[in-house]
Amino acid sequence: MILPAIAFYLLAAITIGAGLAVISARNPVHSVLFLITAFFSAAGLFVLLGAEFLAMILVVVYVGAVAVLFLFVVMMLDVDFTALRQGFARYMPLGGVVAGVLAIEMVVVALSVAGGGAAAGSTGAMSRSGGATNAEAIGRVLYTDYVYLFQAAGMVLLVAMIGAIVLTLKHREGIRRQAVAAQVARTPAKGVRIVSIKPGEGLAP
Amino acid sequence: MIIGLAHYLGVAAILFTIGVFGIFVNRKNVIVILMSIELILLAVNINLVAFSAYLHDVVGQIYALFVLTVAAAEAAVGLAILVTFFRNRGDIAVDDASVMRG
Repeated sequence: MILPAIAFYLLAAITIGAGLAVISARNPVHSVLFLITAFFSAAGLFVLLGAEFLAMILVVVYVGAVAVLFLFVVMMLDVDFTALRQGFARYMPLGGVVAGVLAIEMVVVALSVAGGGAAAGSTGAMSRSGGATNAEAIGRVLYTDYVYLFQAAGMVLLVAMIGAIVLTLKHREGIRRQAVAAQVARTPAKGVRIVSIKPGEGLAP
Repeated sequence: MIIGLAHYLGVAAILFTIGVFGIFVNRKNVIVILMSIELILLAVNINLVAFSAYLHDVVGQIYALFVLTVAAAEAAVGLAILVTFFRNRGDIAVDDASVMRG
């Protein structure tokens, strides 16, 4: 019984520490690496909660795709990052006040909800032994009740992909490209010339 | 020592606050702002999964899946905008971005 508690406190501490390091690291590459750490620890928390499928998705999608995308962009842009840190101390007091108020409010609401609100009747985390596995349970609900939202999520990803490509596409001048329309519009009359050559004479240029 | 729902909600609240604080203190660095938004969305996901587990209802995890999808799309488009911005201006300091105001 003590082992889940130790795991929870360890993973929660790593998640929060890595989150703090993300916003305070001087080098953005370090920020991205701490972001990966935070996502890994959050995936561990998901496993503790019995949501194994979502934990694996978090690792695959975030660490495998989003964080690597961040890493690419940070390394590709040649920016003086020290100049971008101006104003860190200036906005610290205001940000601290807002963040403190927000944290106190949310923790109070969380305690009251868990103590006597919507989740008062909860008896503990979902049991992993009985019935379907986590992935099976998600699939049963996702592909029946939420199938339209699932399709809409696919459309969101498609539009995001097209948008990212269109935004970063650059037409350079002076490069020979394939002109598909011109190729398709070619006719034999335009492309071929039939000449009759007399023997012994060449073809005049 | 039982880990209850309030523990997870507390972690999510602290992580959300860190994200908001990161947006405040890194006002010029748009890359760190995007990472702060990712932290905020991660906090929301922790909330959804914690409620899903403690209320014995898998729908919370479905919503976390959709939040994950939208977060991935947002990161892709945001970074594409960032790359275009850098190409046009040679810098990513977003407090000069008010030139876009028209």
